[in-house]
Amino acid sequence: MLRFIIRRILGFIPVLLGVVIFTFFMARAIPGGPFDFIGDKSLPPSVVKNLEAKYHLDWPEWEQFISYLIGDELYIGPVKIFDLDPETPAYSYGVLRGDLGPSFRYRGQTVNDIIGRTFPLSAQLGVMAIILGLVIGVPAGIISALKQNTWLDYSATFVAVLGVSIPSLVMAPLLIWIFSVNLGWFPAATWGAKPPYFQNMFLTPGFDWGNYFSHAVMPVFALGTGLSATFARLMRASLLQVIREDYIRTARAKGLHESMVIYRHALKNSLIPVVTVIGPMFAALITGTLVIEQIFGLNGMGKHFVQSITNRDYAVVLGTILIYTIILVFSNLLVDLAYGWLDPRIRLDA
Amino acid sequence: MARLLEVKGLRTQFFTQDGVVNAVNGISYTLDEGETLGIVGESGCGKSVGVMSLIRLIPSPPGKIVAGEVLFDGQDLLKMSDGEIRSVRGNKIGMIFQDPMTSLNPVLTIGRQITEALQLHLGMNNAQARARAVELLELVGIPSAADRLDDYPHQFSGGMRQRVMIAMGLSCNPRLLIADEPTTALDVTIQAQIVDLVKKLRDELGMAVIWITHDLGVVAGLADRMAVMYAGMIVEEAEVKELYGNPRHPYTLGLLGSLPRLDQVSGQKLESIEGLPPDLIALPKGCPFYARCKYRIDKCKTENPSLQNVGVGHRIACWIDVTKDPVTTENPWQTA
Repeated sequence: MLRFIIRRILGFIPVLLGVVIFTFFMARAIPGGPFDFIGDKSLPPSVVKNLEAKYHLDWPEWEQFISYLIGDELYIGPVKIFDLDPETPAYSYGVLRGDLGPSFRYRGQTVNDIIGRTFPLSAQLGVMAIILGLVIGVPAGIISALKQNTWLDYSATFVAVLGVSIPSLVMAPLLIWIFSVNLGWFPAATWGAKPPYFQNMFLTPGFDWGNYFSHAVMPVFALGTGLSATFARLMRASLLQVIREDYIRTARAKGLHESMVIYRHALKNSLIPVVTVIGPMFAALITGTLVIEQIFGLNGMGKHFVQSITNRDYAVVLGTILIYTIILVFSNLLVDLAYGWLDPRIRLDA
Repeated sequence: MARLLEVKGLRTQFFTQDGVVNAVNGISYTLDEGETLGIVGESGCGKSVGVMSLIRLIPSPPGKIVAGEVLFDGQDLLKMSDGEIRSVRGNKIGMIFQDPMTSLNPVLTIGRQITEALQLHLGMNNAQARARAVELLELVGIPSAADRLDDYPHQFSGGMRQRVMIAMGLSCNPRLLIADEPTTALDVTIQAQIVDLVKKLRDELGMAVIWITHDLGVVAGLADRMAVMYAGMIVEEAEVKELYGNPRHPYTLGLLGSLPRLDQVSGQKLESIEGLPPDLIALPKGCPFYARCKYRIDKCKTENPSLQNVGVGHRIACWIDVTKDPVTTENPWQTA
């Protein structure tokens, strides 16, 4: 088991390196550059030249890459290994040393600053939405499978199809219109914009949880209901298949109560498809969802995925994609570990 | 011997989109304490559905037991509440299924799967149940049973898994063991081991057995009495020796004729019963075997014979006496 985990984590290194190499050169291959326009105005060539020099964009690409990966200078103690730019102090320490570099567009901010500021909100939104999706979706799927072809099943399936079909683009404004504009129950936006902030909440004594959740409830709901529909449909299909298996008949032949047959013999077997989709879904959601963040005015990570590409803000493109990839590979590792727990036939020590 | 089980006019149907499937059409038989009944017939003749109906394990919907009585110890299992029938299943009536590869839950240890019935029906605690499970596994001949309790089904071979199934079926000392083609999925040497094992356990524990198979050879040495089923009906029932020595129904004759024999002249073709069994959605009005029967007469087409005694404990459902009446058509399927 431990060997499996270590081997998998070692396997992440080439994957992440591949992603960095590919993204680095692809981003620079897109026509245009970060300083073509500021707003609507184009900058004079001399200014662009100075800016490019400041961010080392005038270097050969391989030097830029080395600088991005391990920094533009490397000293071990007093011993100089290399220094691409001896005249100036270090510009970047490189990804390998945890420095994602400066943003080209958000002056004075590093990519670490941007991600550090936006990721916690996105992660909280994503995690709560997945939990809501599971809490609604899994029981709904179980009920509609057990009551197959009854009105309960039909209505659950109807709601699930509705939930899958209505995009959050429609759902979110609808929620705002009903609960903020008309009923005035929840604030439409400003989650994280005013105190109580969303950071260090577990460490803050007397944190205003009521206020926190009143901000969170609508974004989480808009995101979570769609997920719950997906989970419900998966769970229903999977459980319907499992309860037709021979070993379920065996369990019934033992005289077990139907609830025990489902709980002990069917549930674990039917969770595998749900667990499979949670992995990538988790990575995609906690790194931000553009639509929900835009509609609810959240300063999350989602918008940086899109904006950084249109801005040619190379360091932010690389940083966001790298964070996404790291979370994706680790959540897939967790999924694999969960498989091993759910099904003993899947051996992890091989 | 005391009467253990009495099945009267059991009729099970499946209500499907294509129509009503008449899987079991009014079968009646009895079983004494400690007696072994073999039920044979080809695939789809209602053997399995017939015994599943006894303990109401028919998937419902679409299946439904529409008529009949199943008296077990004088109590009608079909009239019991859900809770009452559950206290019979796995407790007084144990069951073994066809495919040991799929009949054990792959994600639970075999110890868990054996002990759950013990805890449920006999009220044992965890330690008692585990000790009993080890005894049971030893009883069915699994080596180093105590170490294997925490193994999963995929760590056992097919024959070993069927032994685990048998241990599960026997766990609460049932008075009746229903074995639904327990050797079909196993290879021949393992088949023989399993048959011997059940025989030995039956004699030691004194339980009655209903053994379902489509292999006449497998049950010959095991059963006291045999019932031959066709299209959801019992067409012949007799003591084992009587059935093999003096078969009286044309279908039984056909089944026995299609078995390979050691004394057969080499190069000679095996006999077969031409044609297919009737559609269970639209059963013919007369004898269901009419279309495939060599001995048929006109009456067979219009009237379905009921079971009649033709000897001591020997009943057949046929208008013909195959010992006297001539073969009327050599290849009934072609002329039907």
